[in-house]
Amino acid sequence: MTRFGSVVAAAIVALLALAPLVLGSFAVGLLNDVGIGALVALGLVLLTGVGGLTSFGQAAFVGIAAYASAWLTTTHGASPWFGLLFALAATGVSACLIGMLTLRLGGHFLPLSTIAWGLSISLLFGNIDALGRHSGLSNIPPLHLGTMSLTTPESVYYLIWPIFGLAYWFIHNLLNSRPGRAVRSLRGGATLLASVGADAFRVRLTLFVTAALLAGISGWLYAHTNRFVSPSPFDLRASIEYLLMAVAGGLGQLAGALVGAGLVFLVKNSLQDLLPLLSQRGGQLDGVAFAILFLVLLQHARGGMMGFVSRRGQGRPGAPTLPARRPVPALLRRSLPAPGTPLLAVAGAVKHFGGLVAVNDVSFAMRAGEIVGLIGPNGAGKSTMFNLITGTLPMSAGQVEFLGRDISTAPQRHIARLGMARTFQHVKLRPKMSLLDNVACGAYARTRCGMLASGLRLNRAEEQQIHDEAMRQLTRIGLADRAHEQAGSLPLGTQRILEIARALAADPVLLVLDEPAAGLRRQEKAALGELLRRLRADGISILIVEHDMAFVMKLVDRLVVMNFGAKLVEGPPAEVRANRAVQSAYLGANP
Amino acid sequence: MNWDVALILTVGGLATGSVYLLAGLGLVLIFSVTRVVFVPFGDIAAFAALSLAAFETGTTPPTIGLVLTLASLAVVAELWQLMRRRELARMPRVLMVWGLLPALPCLAAWWVTGRNLPAIAGIVASILLVVPIAPLIARIALRPIADASVLVLLIASLALHFLLSGLGLLFFGPEGSRTHPLVAGATTLPGGFPVSMQVLLMIASAIVLSGLFYLLFERTLHGKALRATAINRVGARLVGIRPARTAALAYGGGSLLAGLIGVLIAPVTTIYYDSGFIIGLKAFVAAIIGGLASYPLTALGALAVGLVESFASFWSGALKDVFVFGTLIPVLLLRSLLASRIEEEEEEIDE
Repeated sequence: MTRFGSVVAAAIVALLALAPLVLGSFAVGLLNDVGIGALVALGLVLLTGVGGLTSFGQAAFVGIAAYASAWLTTTHGASPWFGLLFALAATGVSACLIGMLTLRLGGHFLPLSTIAWGLSISLLFGNIDALGRHSGLSNIPPLHLGTMSLTTPESVYYLIWPIFGLAYWFIHNLLNSRPGRAVRSLRGGATLLASVGADAFRVRLTLFVTAALLAGISGWLYAHTNRFVSPSPFDLRASIEYLLMAVAGGLGQLAGALVGAGLVFLVKNSLQDLLPLLSQRGGQLDGVAFAILFLVLLQHARGGMMGFVSRRGQGRPGAPTLPARRPVPALLRRSLPAPGTPLLAVAGAVKHFGGLVAVNDVSFAMRAGEIVGLIGPNGAGKSTMFNLITGTLPMSAGQVEFLGRDISTAPQRHIARLGMARTFQHVKLRPKMSLLDNVACGAYARTRCGMLASGLRLNRAEEQQIHDEAMRQLTRIGLADRAHEQAGSLPLGTQRILEIARALAADPVLLVLDEPAAGLRRQEKAALGELLRRLRADGISILIVEHDMAFVMKLVDRLVVMNFGAKLVEGPPAEVRANRAVQSAYLGANP
Repeated sequence: MNWDVALILTVGGLATGSVYLLAGLGLVLIFSVTRVVFVPFGDIAAFAALSLAAFETGTTPPTIGLVLTLASLAVVAELWQLMRRRELARMPRVLMVWGLLPALPCLAAWWVTGRNLPAIAGIVASILLVVPIAPLIARIALRPIADASVLVLLIASLALHFLLSGLGLLFFGPEGSRTHPLVAGATTLPGGFPVSMQVLLMIASAIVLSGLFYLLFERTLHGKALRATAINRVGARLVGIRPARTAALAYGGGSLLAGLIGVLIAPVTTIYYDSGFIIGLKAFVAAIIGGLASYPLTALGALAVGLVESFASFWSGALKDVFVFGTLIPVLLLRSLLASRIEEEEEEIDE
């Protein structure tokens, strides 16, 4: 956070701490509602804004927690604090089940499924006898701290807002950590995450459960401050209202949750005063007003309120001020195989896409410490071959052996964890993350800290190691001085080089590069060639697809030439250059 | 449960299923052309039903006020756009298309009200009255963001549902109504099983209309233009199909189907201003079974949804909707398994 940011944050905390001393009970009650709503919105900013998963069912999780705690405390006379544990368990388990069922869905089917379960759960509340059906549960006990009962809005205020503060701090820490970077990469697609050894589905699931637990805490607070629950505050309309909070505040920043919740409750409150003056049925018209507000936001301000703030130039993070550094040991490196030992063996690889044979019975091998080039005219099947080797696409037939292991059917992330790191023909970077964070993603498989440890800042030593490693790789490719700029601000050619740094952060045995020189100028190409030769000297093997013949011929030890999905020839550059079949494939001349 | 009960449930399920079938066709039509998951569909059906109820009691349907309100908003939006583009010469055309055209069914409805005309006049007027609603709200709220992601369009469409149901409360009030059966009496199936004519009418309309739908899409130029836009919008544009016009056509067609559904269900269930939402959502379950793309699969899905609902209500009337929405989960799982695993980047709302 920048210095300006910390000053603003401190001012907001101080204002919130002092508010009940100045404001009346009504306003404090309203602020309590804002705090309770903001917790749900925080989860939605995390889920939708950061992770790209839209939920139209978040109110259902609020409801599960509220009903769970209400039921336990009213029918079994349990303490609300036991109620909290029970509520979180109920929310967590249901989120986990729903997530496992639905989070593999792609595109717009996932948001549509959230409507289905969101509706079903709120319908269930109104039809279960133990939960009081449509009349709900009343006489819920208030919260208490020791012997003090928190019945007044002022006393609950000092519970709600510290909880929100803690949740905010937790999520903020989380996002700036190893699992957080994986969450922020989710929108880049499952292939990107798998290429650094992460399981996109698991990341999505933990994210989904985290957001649901935030909604759960909110539901528990709701049940014990209102002391009455009924189905209607947890229906689809309520879910849309939470989404409105997140969008109105701004899905791009965590603070958007707070701003949005404040805005929605302020508008709602003033509408309740204003609308009855306009029409007899005005009291029921706030739905219309909210719908219009939402539509206007979608048309004109999709970044929300915080979008305006960051557009004014304060949201751009400068260099983060790292705390006083303790020296940490560097991340462990794996032992590289001795040069000359067999590294990769492809035998009879075949890939069909329907009736099209993209790769037809290709076999080749490479040894540790080699640079092998894969060349061929457009459409020869080079990139498909790469996708087969790295496990991005399943093979139709054939076998791939890497470091003596059969990886023909292994999923992409396992292959990545074995030490095969790749770059992409169509760059897969997160344009809004800094160069440093993008490269740090590469070290995912070498580190361990999970969400809980990261949120509680128990990960400092490991984060320092990751930071050092990422800086080392950025220095290696000559971009260390731009470490804190956004990756999207780099020219496309340089972005390809940045992908190499991310691959290197994984400490690979074999580097698989898909057209790394495309879009580079002559001097940059020379520098790239120099870098790749240095890597070979360090013991890293490289498999490369490239169109720039001059570049490839100077660099590689051996070439494999493909044409129409099949292997044409294989050999040292000079030999391949002289080959008639290769010449005719490229130039179309008769052999 | 014995065979008689099962038969009754099956016939009832097919009748509701045919309503979902028509709604599902409308939803797929709109989605495939515009990428909008059109949630307010059911609201429009409910408005048609309530209009018909108003005609039967001899009062002016409040729908007229609703349509004229939306039309004036659309005219304002169009004029604002013309002013910004400095194309005020096109003003008469805009007033014709967005102001006068929607006012025509209102005029007809106003004329029909209170006269002792045969029932069919009220039915036709109710259907025509709601036809402008979908194109109008789409013009006001969806056209400015037509290029946004499916997700943004979905959120906007949900917001539109809340807008329409709020307006529905304002114009129609909280009371529900039910209309006279369109056709009276009952008939007996072979085997001595009685079926009401209304139910047969619902099933027959679904068969006839889906047949018409098929002919429209396969045999007419407009239908082909709609299909072309659905398959590839850029390509359709390159051969001279105007996306805004095909979108308006799709919305109009959807609205017409919604109107038909409204008058078909008005005699069998009591309709409130917000009853349409659940009908629309169940049609969605059907449309999703068809992948929001295939008409035949949607039709089969709709019948399945109707049957599930019918049988579920036999076991627990209160939980039948939970059953119906619950069936969506395995369907979605199957869909995502079948879907080609082409990598696509996640959609973003805030960009």
